[in-house]
Amino acid sequence: MSLTTLPLVDLQGVSKRFGAQPPLGVFGQALRRLGWNTPPVVTHAVDGVDLAVRPGEVVGLVGESGCGKSTLGRIATGLLTPTEGSVQVDGQPLHGLNGDARLAARLRVQMVFQDPFASLNPRLRVSRIVGEAARLHGLTDAAGEDDYVSAQLQRVGLDPALRHRYPHQFSGGQRQRIGIARALAVQPKMLVCDEAVAALDVSIQAQILNLFMDLRDELGLAYLFISHDLGVIRHLCDRVAVMYLGRVVESAPVDELFARPNHPYTRALLAEIPRIDQRRTAFNTIRGEIPSPITPPSGCHFHPRCPQAMPRCRSEVPTLRGIAIHHASACHLNDAA
Amino acid sequence: MSDVEVPTLELRDLQTRFHTRDGVLPVVDGVSFTLARGKVLGLVGESGSGKSVTGFSIMGLVDPPGRVEGGQVLFQGRDLLQMSNAERRALRGDRIAMIFQDPMATLNPVLRVDTQMIETVQAHRSVSTMAARKQAADTLALMGLSNAEERLRAYPHQLSGGMRQRVAIAIALLHGPDLIIADEPTTALDVTIQAQILSEMQKLVAARGTSLIWISHDLSVVAGLADEIAVMYAGRIVEHGTVDQVLDDPQHPYTQGLIGSLPSANLRTQRRGARLRQIAGMAPNLLQMPAGCAFAPRCARASAACAARPEMSAPSADAPSHRVRCFHPGPVAVEAPV
Repeated sequence: MSLTTLPLVDLQGVSKRFGAQPPLGVFGQALRRLGWNTPPVVTHAVDGVDLAVRPGEVVGLVGESGCGKSTLGRIATGLLTPTEGSVQVDGQPLHGLNGDARLAARLRVQMVFQDPFASLNPRLRVSRIVGEAARLHGLTDAAGEDDYVSAQLQRVGLDPALRHRYPHQFSGGQRQRIGIARALAVQPKMLVCDEAVAALDVSIQAQILNLFMDLRDELGLAYLFISHDLGVIRHLCDRVAVMYLGRVVESAPVDELFARPNHPYTRALLAEIPRIDQRRTAFNTIRGEIPSPITPPSGCHFHPRCPQAMPRCRSEVPTLRGIAIHHASACHLNDAA
Repeated sequence: MSDVEVPTLELRDLQTRFHTRDGVLPVVDGVSFTLARGKVLGLVGESGSGKSVTGFSIMGLVDPPGRVEGGQVLFQGRDLLQMSNAERRALRGDRIAMIFQDPMATLNPVLRVDTQMIETVQAHRSVSTMAARKQAADTLALMGLSNAEERLRAYPHQLSGGMRQRVAIAIALLHGPDLIIADEPTTALDVTIQAQILSEMQKLVAARGTSLIWISHDLSVVAGLADEIAVMYAGRIVEHGTVDQVLDDPQHPYTQGLIGSLPSANLRTQRRGARLRQIAGMAPNLLQMPAGCAFAPRCARASAACAARPEMSAPSADAPSHRVRCFHPGPVAVEAPV
């Protein structure tokens, strides 16, 4: 695949802050001075991230809980609007589009959620869950809906005869297939999978991962695959971005990242994946936990846990810079070398 | 300890059934194993395989409609199932402890950590509150919690998920139990936190000679931690052996399928992005269990013989601890990718 193709989804300088308020007026400032109005608690969920997904490409997004990977996925899907930065779908900025064009652009990117129990309406039959959006968007009509739904279910490996059942009558793996059928029913070009296999048993997980790969070959789908499971990421993805506390700290093709991890955080993360061929391991650990995104550490966010932290890391934010072909890392150590 | 070492735990033909309106579910169907002092057993299986209920049965925590209906649970030679409730209660939390998957469900949300820990200490020892609090602080420090004094004053919701699980584990460790049953305690945690907790557990078990049953669906975690692995399927142990035997030389088709469906295991043999080997079908409904081998409907090796119920194989001469419940055991067949 050529890396020069126009990106399907392009996030530029995207930031998302939760709890941020518009600037205070005169009255608000006066109240604050008197201590009657406390400054809001702002969570810096995503902080200046650039990420592009090209047609047919599988991009992995890894990081610990609270690093902002799900927020970024939701921004890419259009479920959240970024506080700063722009989201372009097929070269068009999402926020600049008017009603119909905007709807069409948002249909291109669909989401598959982690919890197949919570993401399906328990009171709707599968036929309605899968068919409703397609009918509303004019991809099928009332007469053809039944056949359309059957075709969608068939594609994800479910028996179309089950379409009149309710979600609780299915197993976890089957429910995840329903979620995928629902996402595919509006004919997207890209799926954002937010921990889509995390809740499944290994044998079922393998079935769903195989389904994702089949769909990619069949429909040329692109994926943004959000996961904390590096084994899954390594198997599935072309390119990986590693996030830490709202920032991308390293991004590289998957083989390059696993062969030559550059950022100390990536190296620590890779060292800690439990592996089936390692027996009676002495688990070596990076100390501490991910800090709160409400008060992130100054400079490089990783410096309090980094074994190689320098004074400079405390004061200066490292930028994401290329260190090899298609391999970028945000670490001051690369300057010293 | 006498000359002939009594194992910490021995299960003999444990039967736990759930009596529901739809019928009787044999959730644990004849589970037997022996766990020596200081050893770590990884109990592996998928959802619904009965691995957690095995843990609950040992603890005596099976709630109606479930009932432990047969077999023996020998803890240091004494059958727990024959004991009175008072006797079992004296052991539980003192000599035998359990750690659960969700620490928020273990900890009382309206009590501070110190209240809960002191209560646990005083439930089994008559010590002063001051001494109990000191012991609580020491145990928290042992679990790698910095600033133990501040953590003691906190409520559970003020702690992160990883810290809560450390507190829950510290409570289990308070009395230095001889047996710990850990039911997926790191499943909900990040890899970095998981590695930290595994590392603490490993050190503690080794230092104190505690026996540990680590219940998990994740073979990779168990690979690094356990001495032995028992694989459960539909209420029965289908393969049991040392970590190396089970993972490097699996004999049961189900174990082979489990290992084969791991993306990391496929990496060694196949190119990236290739199809994962998957186990066909789904786990059986316990209400309509096949009469013979429960895995037969999904098994490529199934034959007419599988209509009878397979028993665990007798230990063989070259691998005495490796046993398998299968009529057609054998190494992985070389097969074309599906």
